[in-house]
Amino acid sequence: MLRYTLTRFLSLCLSLAVASVVIFFAIEVLPGDPASIMLGVNAQPDTLAALRAELGLDQPMVARYLAWVTGLLQGDFGISYTYRTPVAQMIVDRLAVSLPLALYALGLTVVIAFPVGIWAASRRGSVGDVSIMGLTQLGVAIPNFWFAMLMVLVFAINLQWFSAGGFAGWDAGLFAVLKSLTLPAVALALPQASILARVMRSALLDTLSEDFIRTARAKGLSRRQALWRHALRNALIPVLTIIGMQFSFLLAGGIIIENVFYLPGLGRLIFQAISARDLVVVESVVMLLVFAVILVNFLVELAYAAVDPRLRAR
Amino acid sequence: MKSKISAAALAVALAAGPALAQDGLTVGLQLEPPHMDPTSAAAGAIDQVVYANVFEGLTRFGSDGSVNPGLASSWDISEDGLTYTFHLVEGVKFHDGTDFEATDVVFSLDRARGEDSVNAQKALFAGIQSVEAVDPATVKVTLSAPDGMFLFKMAWGDAVMVAPESIEDIKTAPVGTGAFTFGNWVQGDSITLQKNADYWGEPAMLDSATFKFISDPTAAFAAMMAGDVDVFVAFPAPENLPQFDADPRYNVLIGNTEGETILAMNNAREPFSNKLVREAVAHAINRQDIIDGAMFGYGTPIGTFFAPHNPDYVDLTGLSNYDPEKAKALLEEAGVALPLKVKMTLPPPSYARRGGEILAAQLRAVGIEPEIENVEWAQWLENTFRNAHDYDLTIISHTEPMDISSLANPDYYTGYDNPAFAEVIEKVGVESDPEVRSELLKQAQTMLAEDYVAGFLFELPLHTVAKTGVEGLWVNMPTQATDLTAVHWAK
Repeated sequence: MLRYTLTRFLSLCLSLAVASVVIFFAIEVLPGDPASIMLGVNAQPDTLAALRAELGLDQPMVARYLAWVTGLLQGDFGISYTYRTPVAQMIVDRLAVSLPLALYALGLTVVIAFPVGIWAASRRGSVGDVSIMGLTQLGVAIPNFWFAMLMVLVFAINLQWFSAGGFAGWDAGLFAVLKSLTLPAVALALPQASILARVMRSALLDTLSEDFIRTARAKGLSRRQALWRHALRNALIPVLTIIGMQFSFLLAGGIIIENVFYLPGLGRLIFQAISARDLVVVESVVMLLVFAVILVNFLVELAYAAVDPRLRAR
Repeated sequence: MKSKISAAALAVALAAGPALAQDGLTVGLQLEPPHMDPTSAAAGAIDQVVYANVFEGLTRFGSDGSVNPGLASSWDISEDGLTYTFHLVEGVKFHDGTDFEATDVVFSLDRARGEDSVNAQKALFAGIQSVEAVDPATVKVTLSAPDGMFLFKMAWGDAVMVAPESIEDIKTAPVGTGAFTFGNWVQGDSITLQKNADYWGEPAMLDSATFKFISDPTAAFAAMMAGDVDVFVAFPAPENLPQFDADPRYNVLIGNTEGETILAMNNAREPFSNKLVREAVAHAINRQDIIDGAMFGYGTPIGTFFAPHNPDYVDLTGLSNYDPEKAKALLEEAGVALPLKVKMTLPPPSYARRGGEILAAQLRAVGIEPEIENVEWAQWLENTFRNAHDYDLTIISHTEPMDISSLANPDYYTGYDNPAFAEVIEKVGVESDPEVRSELLKQAQTMLAEDYVAGFLFELPLHTVAKTGVEGLWVNMPTQATDLTAVHWAK
């Protein structure tokens, strides 16, 4: 188990190092000068030069890369060009929206997908199974921003139960936060739940056709008992993989939903930073997301080992 | 029975509740300011929040674009037009309690024109030779040449008064002299201003104002309909305006900005260095089709590089009337090979992207074949506007007030090099007799129209959607600002 963990950890570090090089240089070659965007069309050459010097943009690229990476290792993400505040603080502020939103949406996804998937698998071929498969097919096909706009129309404009968007802030209390995150979380969760339910169902069906289930049935277990006691745990590996991927997606991929509900999350921060050429922010946030994705994969791999003891030996 | 009465009382209380609470206002804006210092960035979003509300200058703009006294209650101009003596309003305090005095004016102006200044409009201060404090309430500004526009320049958001005591944190905790103090900023979401109880002038009528930032047009529509915001300034979805107009719960205000929207042609390179080709383009353009198609019918056609609501504006649209036959004849006269292939670079704003498609179709009808290239704002600034001027055609709205003078610079992205025009503009700069100035400005406008420097399209409109009952909003936008000092709910 220790060796397994160590090799996984080493590959995590290596991926991060490679990612930092790719991210930094890919973003720095983008055309567009941050200083000239900040000062606009009437800026004079001397003011532009003064601002570039202030931002450290007159340094060579490699020196800036090294400074950035050393900073990251010490937990210093640098200072945003446009906002002139520490990037770390901005990320923390935005994570206070994106992380709860992602967890909320993931929670909804699991709560919907597990029962639906298991129920459909246990009634394979029935009318219920077929209609659930049809519905989940629809859930996968509907774009989440369209569904989001539909919900705004119904719940915010007509019924006025929720506001059309915005984030109340943690100062306003848990209830207010949940209220502002509910519509976006549902919009994000619906397609994910459809995907996960389908994966859950097919993974269970695969397992149910294996020999050890037949043995279990032969021992006298009912179909339902075999499913709950033996099949479920074995079917969890593909499901966990998908959940891990979904979490990364929900954390980083909420850009469109954050725009529809004008939530100040990480996705919108990246979006704004790219168009303002706030390179420090883009690099640091992308790096953080890469880290999150790699970390989630690492944790999922550890979870495989917990679920399936055979993997530990490797 | 008893419970019925209390239920009725509750209903009354609930109905009265919102009316009593209407001393605050939520204003929707599309762009969030990067920080709160209007003197060190070009972001109009900063002025949109703080101009006139938090920060004030020596002079200030009115809704009609007029220049009015601000922190300077009056001024004397010397005979030679070189010395301005400003008499400051007495008893003005910054929000941190320190006094506003002549030394603060010296500090603010010297900071803006200093060597390491990062002021986006540093040119406004280029004519200043020295600034001295005569006494705490009097400031003497000496110019190197007479400047008829000096008071106008001092009204810009980039020329507001700041204090040395609070300059360190101006970007996150702005301290000005205005009728509102900076309250709270939930980054990415909203900024709240509070009424300044110790304001030196007419106090604000609102107790607080919240600016909410909603960039997506559909979300802006939803926020307005759901009642999340009371006012949306520069409403980004013009296609929804008729719906608000028909709804008694809302008012739609249609005004003007300072944005001359033009089809810029690169005068410095082939084929648009040839005036005949430019003239052909001008006659190929059907302005009304563009206004209808790209702007949903809102926008005033312009025939030169000047705001139509300005008293000195001359209507020159007739010089470039829509006449495709004439355009074809001009192209033939110019001797260019048809179809004439050119590149049309379009920045992100919808007037450019939508307008570009329509313009391209109009140009194709006369034999000019534009290849559309959509670029990001950063790329547009870098390649089209700033460095290489690598473009043939582009669409852009010039939103600074009185920016006709920028075309006098042959190195400007338009590449228009006409010494006679530059001379007129130079005269305007130093002329202080209003009548002569007006004549010169008209002359300058006519030169631009007759040289077909660009395809002059329309003046960018300003749409504001407000809940019924909100009064005192600016209808026009002579400078980027949301002046809330006179805004209130109808009683």
